[in-house]
Amino acid sequence: MSKDGPVERGTKQQLRAGAAAAWPICLGYFPIGLALGVLASQAGLPWWAVALMSILVFAGSAQFICVAMLASGAAIWSIVLTTLMVNLRHALMSSALAIYFKKVDRRFLTIFAYGITDESFALNMARFRDGDWDRWRALVVNQLSNFVWILSTVTGTLVGQFIPQGAFGIDYALPGMFICLLIFQLQGRIYVLTGIMAAGISIAWYLLIPGDSYIVGASILAATLGYFIKRRARRKNELS
Amino acid sequence: MSFPEYLLLFFSMGVVTFVPRWFPLFYLSHKRLPQWLVDWLSLIPVAILSALIIPILLVDTTTRSLDLTKPELLVAVPTFIFALKTKSLGGTVLVGMVLYWLLSCL
Repeated sequence: MSKDGPVERGTKQQLRAGAAAAWPICLGYFPIGLALGVLASQAGLPWWAVALMSILVFAGSAQFICVAMLASGAAIWSIVLTTLMVNLRHALMSSALAIYFKKVDRRFLTIFAYGITDESFALNMARFRDGDWDRWRALVVNQLSNFVWILSTVTGTLVGQFIPQGAFGIDYALPGMFICLLIFQLQGRIYVLTGIMAAGISIAWYLLIPGDSYIVGASILAATLGYFIKRRARRKNELS
Repeated sequence: MSFPEYLLLFFSMGVVTFVPRWFPLFYLSHKRLPQWLVDWLSLIPVAILSALIIPILLVDTTTRSLDLTKPELLVAVPTFIFALKTKSLGGTVLVGMVLYWLLSCL
């Protein structure tokens, strides 16, 4: 444990710091999990199937798509293939996280990888970059989010129909979270520029190409453009 | 569907979800990454977040066409400013939710 450096300060502190960081994610997950549970029970899934899905899959958007596809009678293989397509973006996030998990033991990595979602990824990346973060705190964020997710999806199958649609602005919890996590990433001009390019490309891609490839496509393209722009600017500076 | 069918479906979905999350981390964290890759990867988070949020704000998902009048976009402006000023994740989520709620009550 000592190789994590100065941030390490006992299990209790790590749990507390992880929980303090994770609560906005949990707040965002709860209404979405409820909504998923409601939809799933309307599609005829029993509560234990929803629990099984949230434990084995833990990927919100793929789970919503799965429920919709089950309701329309899709084949198992086509649901699995769609899940793969929708979740491929996490390979990019996993690659970006690798920078902060140098030489960490592989059992830990395997457990940690299970909990990489859009939200936990963005939160942990921002914290790691600020420096006051370690892998155990990051794991607490992942697992706590997962726990709330399982709890809320199962709750949704049992009580969800009593909650009025759109109450308390719950539909905006995730967009609000994405907006703030995006702000955390704007650490300089090249980041702002890359974000703007990703915005433009993703919109164009979304409007022109069906499916969900716009997330992976636009982020790879924008990051690559940003990389070359940064490299060119650096070379120019070296010359002058 | 029966229990074995659900298990087969969710287990398969779990595998194709886990492997993309696991393999790059598992492989790359024990490698010395070349500097260009580190530079490129550092731009990935901002690009992904932008690609995730912008269509939510600007596109009508049912018709898949541009829509600049969405309440999501209107609420995003003060939410964005609040996030920029406070850098508080929880606060931003709450402000966004309350504004969106108020707007839907109008």
